[in-house]
Parts: sequence; C-alpha cells; structure tokens
Amino acid sequence: MVDTQPPELPRLATGIPGFDEIANGGLPRGRSSLIAGTAGSGKTVLAMQFLLAGMRWYEQNGVFVTFEETPDDLMLNVASFGWDLEQLVKDNRLAVVDATADPGEELWQTGAFDLSALMARIEAAVRSVGARRVILDAVGALFPQFTDANVVRRELHRILAGLRRLDVTTIVNMERTDEEGGVGRFGVEEFVADNVLVVRNRLENEKRRRTIEILKFRGATHQKGEYPFTIDAAEGVTVIPLSATELHQKSSAVRVSSGVAELDRMCGGGMYRDSIILVSGATGTGKTLMVTEYVKAAINAGERVILFGAEESREQLTRNAIAWGVDFEQAEKDGLLRIICRYPEVMGLEDHLIQMKRDIQAFKPHRVAIDSMSAYERVSTPKSFREFVIGLTSYIKLLETTGLFTNTTSMLVGGESITETHISTITDTIILLRYVELAGEMRRGLAVLKMRGTWHEKEIREYMIDGNGMHIKSAFRGVSGILSGMPTYSFSSEAERLERLFDRPRGGEP
Amino acid sequence: MSYRLRLYVTGRTAHSQRAIRNLQEICENELRDRYQIEVIDVLENPRLAENEKIMATPTLVRRLPEPVRKIIGDLSDREKVLLGLDIVPAPIHDPERGVE
Repeated sequence: MVDTQPPELPRLATGIPGFDEIANGGLPRGRSSLIAGTAGSGKTVLAMQFLLAGMRWYEQNGVFVTFEETPDDLMLNVASFGWDLEQLVKDNRLAVVDATADPGEELWQTGAFDLSALMARIEAAVRSVGARRVILDAVGALFPQFTDANVVRRELHRILAGLRRLDVTTIVNMERTDEEGGVGRFGVEEFVADNVLVVRNRLENEKRRRTIEILKFRGATHQKGEYPFTIDAAEGVTVIPLSATELHQKSSAVRVSSGVAELDRMCGGGMYRDSIILVSGATGTGKTLMVTEYVKAAINAGERVILFGAEESREQLTRNAIAWGVDFEQAEKDGLLRIICRYPEVMGLEDHLIQMKRDIQAFKPHRVAIDSMSAYERVSTPKSFREFVIGLTSYIKLLETTGLFTNTTSMLVGGESITETHISTITDTIILLRYVELAGEMRRGLAVLKMRGTWHEKEIREYMIDGNGMHIKSAFRGVSGILSGMPTYSFSSEAERLERLFDRPRGGEP
Repeated sequence: MSYRLRLYVTGRTAHSQRAIRNLQEICENELRDRYQIEVIDVLENPRLAENEKIMATPTLVRRLPEPVRKIIGDLSDREKVLLGLDIVPAPIHDPERGVE
C-alpha cells in the first residue's frame, strides 16, 4: 500500500529531558501548545525550562509573558533551580513582558477595545531578542481584568495568530480547577486547541505523583497516555518516557559470574552481561549474601559495581560483607564500588528513578545491584512501581550493564510476592531461594526459575550458608511441592528415604 | 486643576479614531484649556506601552491629577469617562428648559 499520510509538521526539539521522546521529536514548530494544569502542577517550571533549554542547547532566545507573577517574583522563584534570568535579560537573550494586573489599579471600561497593545509589546520583545520561543504564563489571570470574557478569548486567539506569523513556538499555560474533567477554564482550549497538554499532580499513597499527557497535536503524532515526570533542583523537569522507551538493546552473549560458581554452572556458564537477575526469597534465605557474592565477583574481576541499599545502612552492608570476606570500604577507595543507601520513603519513586539513573551515569558501573527491590514497592502504587522497574531495567540494559535485584517474599515457605508477579516478565533470570521443611528440619532450596536465551538447570538444589558464603549442594529427590511450601514425599519406607534423599552431586562435594 | 492625559492607540483603526474624536470632544467641552493630550501609537512606541504596562487599546491614562488612572475602550460611554476622569459633569444645556 502506498503511504498516503500527509507529511508530519516540523518539530521543535524542546530539550526538556524525556519530553521530546513522548512528543515524537518535540512540539509542532511555529505553533502554540496549551498546557493545562492545577495550581502547583508544574506548568510554570515546565514552560520556563522550555525557554531555558532553547537558550542553552539550541541558541534560541525566548520571551516570557507573565500574567500572574510579577517579573521580580518570577526571577526569585526560579533562582532555586539555579536559573539566573536577570543575567539572561542583561545578555539580551531573554525578554520579559509584564502583563500582570496592578492590584491597586482600577480599570474603567468605556467602550470597545482590543489587546493590540499587549500584542505590540510581545512582538517588540520577540524582535528585540530575536526570540524563537515564547511562553504565556498563565492566561487565566487575564480574564478577571476585563468584564467581557468573549473579548479576551477573541484577543488571545488574535495574539496566538500573530505569534504564528512571527514563526515562534509558543507555550500557553492555563489553570485547571480540577485534576479530571474539562481541559481548562474560560473555554480557552477551543481557541488555542491545535495542541493540548495536561499536567497533573495527584496524591497517591501519600506521595505526590506528577504526570504529563499530550492530549492532541494537530497534524502530528505523539505518544498517548500519562507519563510521570519529576521536578528537582538539578535539572528542573525530567519526563520519564516509560512505555516510549524503545527496547532496542542488543543482546550480549558475554557471560559474567554471579559470584557463586555452582550457580554459574546451573545457568549454563554464568549470567549474560546485559541481563537483569531477580533473586527472590523470604527473609534470611541469603539474598543479601548473593548480592555480596555478586559484588565480590565484580571487584575481583576489576569491574566497577554500584550497590543501592534500600533496607540496610552502609555500615550494616559493609559489616556483613566483612563477615563474608569482602572489604567494601577498600573497594570504594579503589573506585570499584559505590554504595548508595537511600530509604525508599524519602521521596517518590519517580525521583528515585531519576536519582539512580544519575548515580549510574556518574559512576559508569559494569554491574548494578539493588537490595531490595521490593522495599520500593512499599511506598508506591503498583503502577508507579512497575514504571519504576521498567524505567530502571531498560536504562541498565541500554548501558549493557548487569543488574541484580533482590525481592523479599512475605511468606517463609513457598509463596510468591507481588513484586515477582509484577516484574518477572521484565527480568531475564529469576532465582528462587526457598525454605524447605523436610522431616522436621528447615533447609534451604535454590532453583533457577527462568533464564532467557539459554539452557539452565531445572532442579531444585539444596544450599547452605556458612562463614565462607553460599554452597550449593545436590538436588532434592523424592520430594515435590517445595515451591508451593507444602512438600510431599514419594518414599515407601524410611530406609528408602534415607537412601534416595540425595543423589550424588554433580560437581560439588556430597 | 490641569489634566495631563495620554491616549494609547494602535495605528489608525476604527477604535483608535473614535477614541481620539471622543476624547477631543470631552476635553474641549469639559476642560477647555486645562488639558494636555499626548497620543501614542503602541506599534511605533511599544517601549512606552511596556513601561506603563498597557494591555488594551485604546487606553486613556490620566497622569495628572493623581492618582494615575487607566480608562480603556473607545471612550464612547461619556458618563463613565467623566466619572473616570473625576470631572464633575457639566450641566446639560437644554434650550427647552433653560440652564439648570
């Protein structure tokens, strides 16, 4: 079939991290886009960053038309992001048009009028700095100043048409009273409806979750649905383009050691270098030990590894490691290890994701370990958590890094956790650590549940933990139902049980 | 008391022309020679409009007497203009009933 689609409108890359990905390249160039959001939803920061990114990355100057905050307030407010607007104004890169209402001033209306003066001022500002980007923040404040809302709507429409003639790309901010329902107040969207975006700031599980949604781009494609974003002092707005993240990672055939030799054998020769491994088990089954072995394997191979601790402090992790013969402190001094401990509760998952990506970007590790992943689940909704895991795993894979996450199951024997069901499809390898009650004794069993792209052992093997680490023994025989937590025996006599309980091991000692 | 007035207009639009006519008529009749009018075209002088934060045209700015007041529109609502300028309305001349 011949492609009869009209050519796409040219785009203006905004330079806002993540935004251009969900916008399929950027905002439609030379058009205006409406951003609607409630108070505190991040409209102003988003718009401001659009201007600043233009100046910083694309040599495109900007004009800020402010209807709500006075220019002085505005400059003060964004100074916390390290944005020095005053300097940009002095450098003739940014022009500010003050369209705020003077609170002490009465306006007398004595007949027909239009907002040509405002348009003339904006146009003069655009010409004075040679602006390519303009923001109007936020036009709702314009309505109470004049008695006739129809006139204001008509005039806004005219102003935006004027900006289009100037070939600038414009963001128009508009308040909403509610997170749901109509796009904005005063019916503005009908006049600047070419492109409409909605930013939201909802309270979920006592945590603020910000999202951005592109409702429509006229004549241009975009990603659909809500995408989380964060606002922080370092980079301003960062959009997390989760589902838009392309899974174009190459698959590596290079294997790395898990740190436990027998486990490597069970996996057909080690873990793939760009794979994500999930180690799942109840408390005390040795998950943190697995992490330690994994970190140790990296250090011994002279590779950098980053360890995110979500449950234990740096001191606890270091002390435990020493007990297993690994000197974390020395490894940190040698620049091979970086331990970062942050309790999940300190911020929202979107912020954790951004922060962890930055840590990874800065340290450039060969391996990443997270102990435990399930700790993050406590502080979020299932949706947020899933997005967090997808965002992190795709980033780790993109860098061709190995990732090992632990997951704490709630039940001592058997059982699966929500984390498992949520993220099992995202991980490449799943290792189960389980308590097994056998003839009145608590023992431990290990199974490689899945491993993508290779042969792996399917048996459930017994393992032991001592001062030297983890030792994987032979497979359980004549017992079934270990994973369900209710083992049943298939022996006819005690003698047979004793005789057949363990096979001769494959590689290890009996 | 003398009046210093500034009228912001946009080019030679119908609104602008009407506002200039209306203002001249009011000043001639109510203020005689106690006034000074400055007409500013925002297209030619956007900086002045920026400094005085003019949004709409036409806008009449009463600079003196203080306080500064802005009157927007084409000034066709005569009563409101007089109130806005704090000019006591002059008695209406009616030949039938004489001067009140």
